[in-house]
Amino acid sequence: MDPKPLRAEPLVSVRDLSFYRDRRLIFQGLNLAIERGKVTAIMGGSGVGKTTLLNLIGGRLIPAAGVITVDGEKVSTLPRRELFRLRRRIGMLFQSGALLTDLDVFENVAFPLREHTHLPESLIRDLVLMKLELVGLRGARRLYPAELSGGMGRRVALARAISLDPMMVMYDEPFAGLDPISMGVITKLIRELNDALGMTSIVVTHDVTEASAIADYIYLLDQGRVIAEGTPAAMQASTAPEVRQFMGGLPDGPVAFHYPAGEYLADLLGS
Amino acid sequence: MDQDWRIVSRIRHIGRRVLDGVARLGRAVVFLVRLVPGFSVMATRASLVVQQIYMTGVLTLVIVLVSGAFVGMILALQGYNTLVRYDAQSSLGLLVALSLVRELGPVLTALLFAGRAGSAMTAEIGLMKATEQLAGMEMMAVDPLKRVVAPRFLAGWVAVPLLAAIFSAVGILAAYVVAVSDLGLDGGVFWAQMQSGVSFTNDILGGVIKSVVFGLVIGWIAVFEGYDARPTSEGVSRATTRTVVTSSLAVLGLDFIMTAFMLRGL
Repeated sequence: MDPKPLRAEPLVSVRDLSFYRDRRLIFQGLNLAIERGKVTAIMGGSGVGKTTLLNLIGGRLIPAAGVITVDGEKVSTLPRRELFRLRRRIGMLFQSGALLTDLDVFENVAFPLREHTHLPESLIRDLVLMKLELVGLRGARRLYPAELSGGMGRRVALARAISLDPMMVMYDEPFAGLDPISMGVITKLIRELNDALGMTSIVVTHDVTEASAIADYIYLLDQGRVIAEGTPAAMQASTAPEVRQFMGGLPDGPVAFHYPAGEYLADLLGS
Repeated sequence: MDQDWRIVSRIRHIGRRVLDGVARLGRAVVFLVRLVPGFSVMATRASLVVQQIYMTGVLTLVIVLVSGAFVGMILALQGYNTLVRYDAQSSLGLLVALSLVRELGPVLTALLFAGRAGSAMTAEIGLMKATEQLAGMEMMAVDPLKRVVAPRFLAGWVAVPLLAAIFSAVGILAAYVVAVSDLGLDGGVFWAQMQSGVSFTNDILGGVIKSVVFGLVIGWIAVFEGYDARPTSEGVSRATTRTVVTSSLAVLGLDFIMTAFMLRGL
């Protein structure tokens, strides 16, 4: 007897995705799957469209071709009302935090609750304080976003992203621009929240060390497609030159250092 | 040959500018239509609108009070100076009231509102866009058109007629003070002439209609420019300038058209 897991299909699946921005190709034939309950890292150099991918999964952009399903629903063809219903179950952490600057920390975390529920004020207060306690900022509830450091702002944004207890949280470059201590805190939080709240996490990053530390599975993107995938251990051990280049942080290799350009000498000599 | 080419490219440039302008106008109209479902916020979350009326109204109230008082006093001085030549200075009250209620109240209030509150609206929405706050709201399944844009638009629409009424009232009071204390006119005559000469349907209602139209147009331009701004600091600053310039010109142009229709009685 081998009982089949109840929900074996991945939470997010991306099939044959193509996307263009101003006629520039971002993705072509992209395929990937995000497993339930896991932390999946999506890695790649700057500008390979990692953030764009999150926007596609969240339905803010429409793919030119291909299908994205989230929890069995086709994102790109969902009517607006259904899409908004789906988004309530998805938290997103923007790189900038995207906190509402005219509200304090408490009101920022309370914002999704006030917009989407009719809970009594005392319950909202308890929920917000619980979320803030999780990220260690219960004492900072009366500060405004402008008064927060980068790391604190991101933790507040994280508390807001989980305030509706989503099934999935998408992190856009959660480690970028943080000092080592804040980075460690965020890394720990992503892993702990994922496991404690039974969520699924997608982490978009170019930070190899942090991603290897927390991810269960890594996708490496370049030139609009997945060039490698596997567990962190497998990725570290990979002998494929493009994987070694990225994981080892080598400046040039199969993944080009140069943005596509004409011949150098001709460019210098030309008018 | 070269000359020809330069002319062609200049004509092309003009054509492109016109096409861009028409495309922008089209986007603005589509935006307004998309905004209409958000008006339900008036019924469901009236507090958001009230809060914005408070913000924009209070923002503009002081400048409207001061300007209204000065304009009223100037009207009294200038009007007296002209009327006294025909020995008609007893009509000063009527002259001041008609000028303010029909014309200066709505128009000057609209111009002040565009410069003070309209630009602030554009900058606020533009900055929210630039700092991903609007995108963040969308991902939280909150429609920024409904939550952020519609309340501001509606608030502007409500605030402008109210402020115009205050402007006219303050202006008339200030004119009264100047006329009685400085010019030595009889206070009773000042009010009596006004009471018998100002018609509610033609004059007051005409002024109210004007300011309602101005409020709509300024609110529309301000929120559209903010929402359509390029999400950079330069883009937001340009959008803010455009709000003031475009809405001032729109107010004056529309004022001419509406005045022409109103004076001919349609």
